[in-house]
This record gives sequence, C-alpha cells and structure tokens, in this order.
Amino acid sequence: MSRIERTFRDLKSNNKKALISFVTAGDPNEEWTIPILDTLVEGGVDILEIGIPFTDPEAEGPSIQASSERGLSQGMTLVKVLELVGGFRKDNGITPVVLMGYLNSILAMGIEHFAEKASRAGVDGLILVNLPPEEADQISVALSNSDINLIFLVAPTTTKQRAQMIAEHASGFIYYVSLKGITGANHLQIDSVAENVGFLREISSLPIAVGFGIKNAESAAAISKFSDGVVVGSRLVDLIAEHSTLLEETRSRLLAEVTQMREAIDET
Amino acid sequence: MNESEDIKRFEDRYDQPIDGHFGVHGGRFVAETLMHALDQLESLYLELSVDPEFRSELRSDLANFVGRPSPFYFAASLTQHLDGPKIYLKREDLNHTGAHKINNTIGQALLAKKMGKNRIIAETGAGQHGVASATVAARLGMECCVYMGAEDVQRQSLNVYRMKLLGADVVPVNSGSRTLKDALNEAMRDWVTNVDNTHYIIGTVAGPHPYPMIVRDFQSVIGQEARSQCIERLGKLPDYLVACVGGGSNAIGLFHPFLEDSEVRMVGVEAGGEGLDSGRHAAPLNAGKIGVLHGNQTYLMEDDDGQIMDTHSISAGLDYPGVGPEHSYLKDIGRVEYDTVTDDEALEAFRVLNSKEGILPALESSHAIAWVIKNAARFSSRDVIVLNLSGRGDKDILSVAEIDGIGL
Repeated sequence: MSRIERTFRDLKSNNKKALISFVTAGDPNEEWTIPILDTLVEGGVDILEIGIPFTDPEAEGPSIQASSERGLSQGMTLVKVLELVGGFRKDNGITPVVLMGYLNSILAMGIEHFAEKASRAGVDGLILVNLPPEEADQISVALSNSDINLIFLVAPTTTKQRAQMIAEHASGFIYYVSLKGITGANHLQIDSVAENVGFLREISSLPIAVGFGIKNAESAAAISKFSDGVVVGSRLVDLIAEHSTLLEETRSRLLAEVTQMREAIDET
Repeated sequence: MNESEDIKRFEDRYDQPIDGHFGVHGGRFVAETLMHALDQLESLYLELSVDPEFRSELRSDLANFVGRPSPFYFAASLTQHLDGPKIYLKREDLNHTGAHKINNTIGQALLAKKMGKNRIIAETGAGQHGVASATVAARLGMECCVYMGAEDVQRQSLNVYRMKLLGADVVPVNSGSRTLKDALNEAMRDWVTNVDNTHYIIGTVAGPHPYPMIVRDFQSVIGQEARSQCIERLGKLPDYLVACVGGGSNAIGLFHPFLEDSEVRMVGVEAGGEGLDSGRHAAPLNAGKIGVLHGNQTYLMEDDDGQIMDTHSISAGLDYPGVGPEHSYLKDIGRVEYDTVTDDEALEAFRVLNSKEGILPALESSHAIAWVIKNAARFSSRDVIVLNLSGRGDKDILSVAEIDGIGL
C-alpha cells in the first residue's frame, strides 16, 4: 500500500480529513526547506506538496509565482528538489510527498530518469498543472512502474464527461480546483464546490482533495466537511515571504498557522 | 518515406491536425480549467470555418476594413542594388493597423462574437497584435485588455498609447523577464479566471490546440493571395519564400498555401540577436530543444533544468523563447529551412529598404530582408523571391533613433 493510500485510509478510520500543505522547494533558500517541511508535519499536515520552481508558472497567482522566483534565484533545480526530498525522507518515512510543477521540468530531466530518481528519493505523487490526461500516456506508464501516483486536477469548468475520463486516469487522489482562476485567488464559493465534489464521489472511489483559494482555518474547515482533504498553499508561501530572515520565526508562524487549520478541520 | 509523401501526409491533416499535434509538436498542455473552453473553441471553429456566411463576413471585413488583397510589389531598386534574385514584397505592412496581425484578430473577434463572449484579452510583444486586437474590439464594442511585458511597454510606447486611444486596458507585466513570454503567462492567468465571458486572442501560431491551427488558417490569406498574384504576374510560382519567425504567424501564413508545391523553397528567419554563439538571441529552431511551454510542445530556448531562458532581440515581436509547433514540424521534416540574422544585420536591412525602396519595414520584417541581402549571392537573377513584409516600421522609429543617439 502506498503512503498516500495509507494516509487517507488511516484518516478515514479515525474520521479525520487530510490537511495538505504546499510550499516551494528552495524558498526562501535550500537550507530552510527540510526544517520547514518538518515544521508543517509537526503542526498536523498529513501530506506535503512541494513545488518545483519553474520560470513560467502559468496557473499560479502572485504568491506562488514569487516563491518560484525566490527558489530559482537560490539556484533550485529539479535535481536539487529530489535531493531535498531524499533528505527529508531520512527522518520521515511516513508522510507522503507530492511534487507539484510544470511538465517541462520533467521532460528536461527525461521522463524515465525522473521516475526512477523520484522513486528512489521517496516521492509518492506528482501533480503537473499543465498536463491533462490526454497528453499523459507516456508519463503515466513511467510513473506507475515506479509506484508514483500521477494526480490529476478537476476544475469547475470540467464537464461531467471529462470528469469521468479524468477519474479513469486518476491515481492517488483527485485534486479538485475550487475556483476558476489562479492559485490564491479570492472568490471561493463553497456551495458549488460541495456540489461538484459530490459528483466526483459518484464516479470515483479515490479520495478527493480540494485546493486553490483556501486561505484560512474557516474556509479549510468548511471545505473539509465534504472533501477528504484540503490543500493550503498561497497562505503558507506568504508567511514564508513575510518572515524570510529568521528561520525560527518562520517556523513558529507556520506552526501556529497549520495548527490552527488542523484544529478547525478536526472540529468539524 | 520521401519528402513529398511526408508532406502529403501532413496536408491530409491540414484541417484537423490529429489530436492537435503536428508530428511530436503541438498538443494541449494547459490547466484543466481551460480544457473545456478549448474544446468549445475547436468545435465552433471547425463548424464556422466551412460555414458560407461566416466566410463571407470574414472576406468582406478583410476587403473593406483591412484593405485586402495586399499588394504584391516588385522591389526593383532593391533587386538592382543586390544584383541577384528578383525580389517581390508581399505588402502586409499596408494592412490597416500596419501589420499582418489584423488578419487573425478580425477572424478571432468574429469567433468571439459567435461564442457570445464580450471581452477580449491578448498578449503583445511589439504591440502590433495588441493594436490589432484593440482595434477589432473597439469596432465590435467589446471590452479589451492587453498584457504587455514591462520592458516592451518601454520600447514600444507609441503602440501602447495607440491601444489606450482605442479604449483598451494595457497591463504592464512585471514578472519573469518582463517580455512577451511573461505577457502570455499573464494572459493565460486572466483567461483561466474569466473564461466564461472572455475570449483569448492568441497572436501567433503557438499556444494550445486549436490556436496554432486557427491562427494559421486566418493568416493563410497571405500565401493564398501571394500564390495567385505571383502566377498572374509572372506566370509561375516563386522559387523562394522568405519570412521572419518569432512565434511564426506571418511565416506560416505565407508558407502554408505553398507547402504542396515542392518546387517552392522556404526560409524562416529567426532573431539571431547578438549572434548564436553569444547566447543572446531568440532562435529556438536553430539553437533550442524540444519542450513544453504555453500550451504546446515545440522547440524552446531552455536550460538543462528545463527553465525557459531569457531571450534577446532588437525586435520585440521576435523576442520569444518558443515558436509555433507547425514550424517545429516543418523543420523536423526538412520542408522549411530556418536560419538567423543578427540585430545589426536586421538594422542595416531596415535602412537599406528605406533608402532603396522608400519603405520603412518593421524591425521584425527587417530580419527577412536582411537574410535576402546576406544571401543574395546564393541566387541567380532568374530566381524569384517572395518576401513577406509583415509590418511597417513606424513603431520602431523611436528605438532606432535611440540606437543612432538621436533624441526625438
């Protein structure tokens, strides 16, 4: 059983929902990434999404764009991202790690080569924002041979027919994009999210996580009522940006933030 | 398989590239949120492209608003000056708004209208596509928002003001390298947010399927006209076609109707900037590798980590790290030759055409002229070259004056 599968199963048996965090590798620098990941886990994060910095992050809002630029300015590369995951894995063999980024990073390394290295480093899943299932055959096979889940997104504009097709290709969990827009946008509508997640439940037995636009404990709690997990990204990335001079301060702010979200989710 | 069979196979796919791919290039690599909009655009376009009413509306707009057909002009003085091939200019610079870009925006605005979308967004480099988009939006009473790299806003201030006069909102983009590619990113972000009421008019033959096909089809009017003008005037097909290639819309527009004419050779000229060896250029077909950016797989300027590299060209319209996927395919099968000229060579050509023919070319088009000047000795005096003069140079006067150290 994969780490992702086990995590969702254990949460379910305890009647809990997954808190999924996103931070960008190498933001604000390489040395801080592993301590930041450890802090997020300490605060109650169940699954770690780690952004692969890319020069042209088309689907990201200003917060994550800026974090990607900070990572790149520190010389972050996909090779180094995988080294960081390997480093994190030395002390944590349980928490699933999902890399999130853009297809070109994987193509540049080579699909097979990436699958092999990522698996060795302890990566559990991959989300590529600009890779719909129609274009994913080759990468899907390579990842599946390395026991890495390729996680697809479903959006509010996705038709029911497409959602069915995506569900057939999906593995690990389904990532429902909660709004039309970029990451960190401001116009989350809980009711329509609930309705669409309800439909996904009818067509797939995979866990459903919801992300984009979840910025505080309140919206995290509201979303977790009907989903299996919530993804929080821009909010955490903003905290890192605001406190990027002292590691201990950044860690304590992140810890406070995710602890609060954890509690809010668990109370619902 | 020989070359002509391969091209025939490609021609069979002309109206509907298989799953949106040109060989290994093209495709649809975008956020899921946009997939449905692209499906809708594709099916509407395929329906309208054979609809007599739509075609007649488009034809009428091209004739009466754009001023088509554009002239097919024998550049006698340039021909004499070079003592080489006969040079004919396809005068896209004489179109309304000053470049070929309007051929596409006219068509796409009609598509937007049919889709009931009342807001247009566009990215622009030199500002020509932005102006062409703002123009059609003004004419149809649509809201228009143009994204432009902050660096390009600086170097193309005339076009910026012109777009504002047309009622468009011009948004300077400060992320990344602050040029055309970043403007495209920002336009995609807008589109993903406002997809219900907004049509994104991509200005070149790049982006996710069906854009490379749609923009190519709208620009193919250039080659269709040039083909019949050439036959009518000279009683034969040209020997060579030459056009500049940034994203590649003017080039594909000229080339495409000739692809099956195996005796017609074609040259696409990329921006060599300060020279390929300097690394400061925008020539992915000459010095790039295959990757995925802005919704399609194509040749790109990228580093070993897959990061998109900063490009450089004297011409804002060619300053782009990718190229339309169909060009990448035409390169792979060897149908089109892709070469480069430098900033300096383009600048010299800008001056030569102006002094010999009294025509001020855009710095983009000057790359195609420069290639012909540079390679004139390669041709015999019997050879006929059709050169796509894709735009006029009025917008570049300020930056050329600055290079000359003259403040205007």
